Order: sequence, then C-alpha cells, then structure tokens
Amino acid sequence: MLKLDIFLSALANGLLTGAVYALIALGLTLIYGVLHIINFAHGATLTLAMFAVFVMHSAFKIDPYIAIFMLTPLFFGVGYLLQRLVINPASHGDDSNILLVTLGLSIIFENGLLAIFRSDTRSIDVPYGFDVIEVGNLFLSTPKVIAFVAAFAVAAALWLLLARTDTGKAIRAVAKEKTGAALCGMDVEHIYAVTFGLGTACLAIAACLLMPTFLVNPRIGNAFVLVAFTIVVLGGMGSIGGALAGGLIIGVVESLSGLYFGESLGQIGIFLIFLIVLLFRPTGLFGAKA
Amino acid sequence: MRTGLPVSLVIVVALLAALPLAFTANTMLNFLTFVMIVTLAAQGWNLLAGFGGQFSFGHAAFFGMGAYAMAILQVRYGINAWLALPLAMALGAVVGFFLGFLSFRAQLRGSYFALVTLAFAEVFRILANASSFTNGAAGILVPLKTSAADFQFADRRWFYWVALAFVALVLALTYHISRTRFGAHLVAVRENEEAARALGVDAFRTKLKAITLSGAITATAGCLYTQKFLYIDANLAFGPWISVEALLAPIIGGMGTVLGPLAGAMMLLGLGEVTKSLFAMLLGGSIPGVDLVVFGVLLILCVAFAPQGVMGAIKRFSSRGAP
Repeated sequence: MLKLDIFLSALANGLLTGAVYALIALGLTLIYGVLHIINFAHGATLTLAMFAVFVMHSAFKIDPYIAIFMLTPLFFGVGYLLQRLVINPASHGDDSNILLVTLGLSIIFENGLLAIFRSDTRSIDVPYGFDVIEVGNLFLSTPKVIAFVAAFAVAAALWLLLARTDTGKAIRAVAKEKTGAALCGMDVEHIYAVTFGLGTACLAIAACLLMPTFLVNPRIGNAFVLVAFTIVVLGGMGSIGGALAGGLIIGVVESLSGLYFGESLGQIGIFLIFLIVLLFRPTGLFGAKA
Repeated sequence: MRTGLPVSLVIVVALLAALPLAFTANTMLNFLTFVMIVTLAAQGWNLLAGFGGQFSFGHAAFFGMGAYAMAILQVRYGINAWLALPLAMALGAVVGFFLGFLSFRAQLRGSYFALVTLAFAEVFRILANASSFTNGAAGILVPLKTSAADFQFADRRWFYWVALAFVALVLALTYHISRTRFGAHLVAVRENEEAARALGVDAFRTKLKAITLSGAITATAGCLYTQKFLYIDANLAFGPWISVEALLAPIIGGMGTVLGPLAGAMMLLGLGEVTKSLFAMLLGGSIPGVDLVVFGVLLILCVAFAPQGVMGAIKRFSSRGAP
C-alpha cells in the first residue's frame, strides 16, 4: 500500500508542478501562435521575473502573491517594449534573425543576473512555505495547490480575452492573416507587441507562483526553457489547450521518472519526449497543422 | 577576388604563425591558443550554418564528443593521443551524421532544427554528468606526460602552432568547398531549398554531408581543448558556452565566408578579455558574466546592423575602393 501512496503523491505533485509548466508554456505558445516566432529568451525572462519576486520579497517584504499584481503589468510592459524596440527592428522580419536576437536577449539576461547576483542559489522564506493540505492519504503543498488553481485561472482568463474581447479578436485575426488584418486597419506591430507582452506577463505570474516553493539562480531558466518547448511541441505549436494538457503530462513524466530513475535522469525523460515528438510527430499530439 | 583569397589566406596564416615570436608571455600564448580552439569550433558551425543555412544551437554536442573521446580513449583505453585524435574526429562525424539523418529526414528546418540540436547537446550533458563511464560530475583528468609523442608540449608555442595548423587546414578546406559543386549546392539550399530541389539538388544529401563534416571539425576543437587543459567535465564539454561561441564568432566575423570564423573569434575573445579586465579594474575583483553580456549585445547589434559581419564590411569597403 505504501508503494501506491508514494506513486499517488508523485503523480499529484507532478500534476501540481505541471500546471505551472503549462502556464510558462502558455506564454511561449501564444507568442508562437500569433507571431510565428520561437522566443528563445522565454526561460531567461522567467529567471528575470523570479529574481524580481526575490528582490521584492527580500528588500521590500512584499509577499509573492501580492507581487503578482505589480509584476504582471510590469512584465507586460517589458515584453511589449522588447518586441517593439528590440526584436522587431533588429530582425528585419527574418525567422533565423529572430531566433538569434532572442538568443542574444537570453544571454544578456542570464549573464546580467549572474554579474549582479552571482551564481548562488536563492529562495524566499514565506510563513506558509511548508503548509500542506491533506487529501485522503496525500499531503499536498499548499503553495503548489494555489499555483495549480491560479495557473488554470490564468489560462481561463487568457482564453476569455482571446475569445471575447476586441483585442482578442484582433490578435486572432493577425495570427490567421496578418496582411488581411493590416488591410482592415489593424496595427499589426501593436498587436504583435501586445501578444508578446501577454506571453511575458504569463511568466511574471508563473514566477510569483513558483517562488514560494522553488529556488532561483541565474541559470535556472535553462531548465525551464526546454521543458516549455517540449510542452509546446507536445501540445501542438500555438494551441492553448495543448499547452495545458502538455504541461500536465510533462509534470507527471518528470515526477514519475524522477521517482523511478533518480533526479538527474528525470530530466532525460523530458528531452527524449521532446526529441521523439519533434522527429516523428512534429505537429504534436493535439496539433493539426504543420 | 577569386585569386585574391588564397593569397590573403596564406598571409593571414603566416602572420598568425609569427605572433608567438613577438608575444612571448604565457597569458598571450594561452589566449591565442584558446582563440584557435574556438575558431575551429566556429569553422565547423560556419560550414553548416553559414554556407548551408542550418542554424545549430547545439554544436556543443560535437565539441563535447571530441573532448570526451580524446580523454576517455587515452585514460580508459591507454590509446596514444595522436591515434585518439582521428578516432575522436571520426566519432564527431558519426554523431553529426546521426543527428543530421534524424532531423533532416524529419524535414526539420529553422527554429525546429536549432531546438533539436540544443536538446541533443543537453541530453549528452546530462548523461555525461550522470554516467560512471565519463566519471560523472567529477570529470576526467588526463595525466600530464610532457612529450610531443603524447600530444603535450613543454613549449606553449608548439601547441599554438599545432592548433593553428588545424585552423589553416580547415581554412583551405572551406575555401576549396566554396569553389566546388558541393559548396554551390550548399549555398543553393541555404538561399531557397525548394528552388534548389527543383533544379535537381539533392538537399537531404547536401545537408547531411555538411553536418557530418561540421561534426568532425567541431569535434577536433574539442580534442584540442582536452589536450590543452588536460581536464574535461560535462559542463565544459557539452555546456551552452561553446554552442554560443561557435555561432557568435562566424556571425560577428561574417557567416558563409572563409575567414569569418577566425576574424570573429579573434574579436569576440579579445573583446571578452578587455571587458573582463576593464570591469575588474573599475570594480576591483572579477565579475562573472560581464563578457557574455557584451557578447549578447554584440549578437543583437550584428544581426540588426551588420548581417554580413566584419568580412562583409571589409568586402563592401574593398570593392568600393578598387573599381
């Protein structure tokens, strides 16, 4: 019976972590789905947001859950300006240039943080950090349950925004046919930047949800960036539902392979899924278009 | 231009060969040797991405294979370093072929190809860090045997000259390829794969050939790294630093040009050293990462303002000067 308990708790933990992974992947897949670019700086931007949470907590005693309401608009602005002022003008509309520019951004963020904060691993100390919720025989970490619920709330909000608002309509129009949208009087550059801002804002929320239970160092983004790409590829590039399902699957895979093969090889499971999906089913499990 | 290039290649190599006679400080020789190692890795990248348009973000996979093969063949199997070198190069070629076969067969292009190469490098890094065959996180120490027969030199200048010889060989090879049918096919695939196919170019074969060669060249850089520092671990061999430097040098120097990777590596690493010592002077004590921040800025500036790199700028300048 003990074995089953361990298995179930690993499964539950995987689902809880997977929801935050899904939130990170959501930002990536939104940017891909609309701008058709791969944002290589996604992981480094997440690290930046996590350090922002860390600084706000350690310098100003602001709780990470309060910080959500400050960092989300701030990172929306960061994303908007990055796309408008750096990525778009520097890449001359060429795909491989965009890849290189976002790689350059990730190098700058990661090493800028390294220069300022050094390579030490840091975490924040919140009073509820070790609280648990008891469900049957399972003990679930409260911050992780909050993160799970919040991640789905954000996904729902994002879906509502895309489906029900004018901005959402414009985003979908630009994603489908950017020339047509431009001819109808939409400011494509603006919509691109808004989308990039939304994707970056997802990272700020994810960072606030992660920090009570995670630790951060300047290189942590690397661990997340391939996980996020795996989820996006698994779920089908540009699909929100796919990103959610992919995130949960990857969270469970990581947790279970960590349980059976040990911590370091747990990561291998993710990369193998990534390679296998890309090489043999590049449209993803749920994707229809190539 | 056509006859000008081989002459300028010879002049550049001769000048580089003469450098240790002028600068004898150990730090300078170490720096120059490191530049040669990065140049070699970058030349491998340039062949695949600069000429062939296939952007790899994971050339560390080849570099690390070469570096580890060199160390393991010597330490575990007692094979002489000079024999281990071609074996390690061959392994780099095999890994290149394997990776290329899988990803080009799956029709991966652009960002997808970049991501797959990156993932392969990461898988190798995690495996090398965890497996006992590669001595895990402790890394492998190659015993010191200072004799030319063991590919270790008492005189630092000799190691530099050997590294330069490899760079010169690859310069000649790249120049040769740029003038052959294979080189023309490669450029055609880069410019427009569909059009190249329509004209009868076997794109799959061309790309596969390029990545195999590229793997061997970059693995050679890994071999030299092991022999120079006599130590290798997973983060040095398969870490993102070498993937980034291998792509930055050609981008800064000029992608798809023969001398681009060399010019780029010189400038990149020179600038890195200057930044590091400048910050150390200003703030007292070394700051990790500042040189890489400068590299990142340089990468964005190059993509934005000098897509042809420094060699492109020189070419533009010289063609304007000589009517």
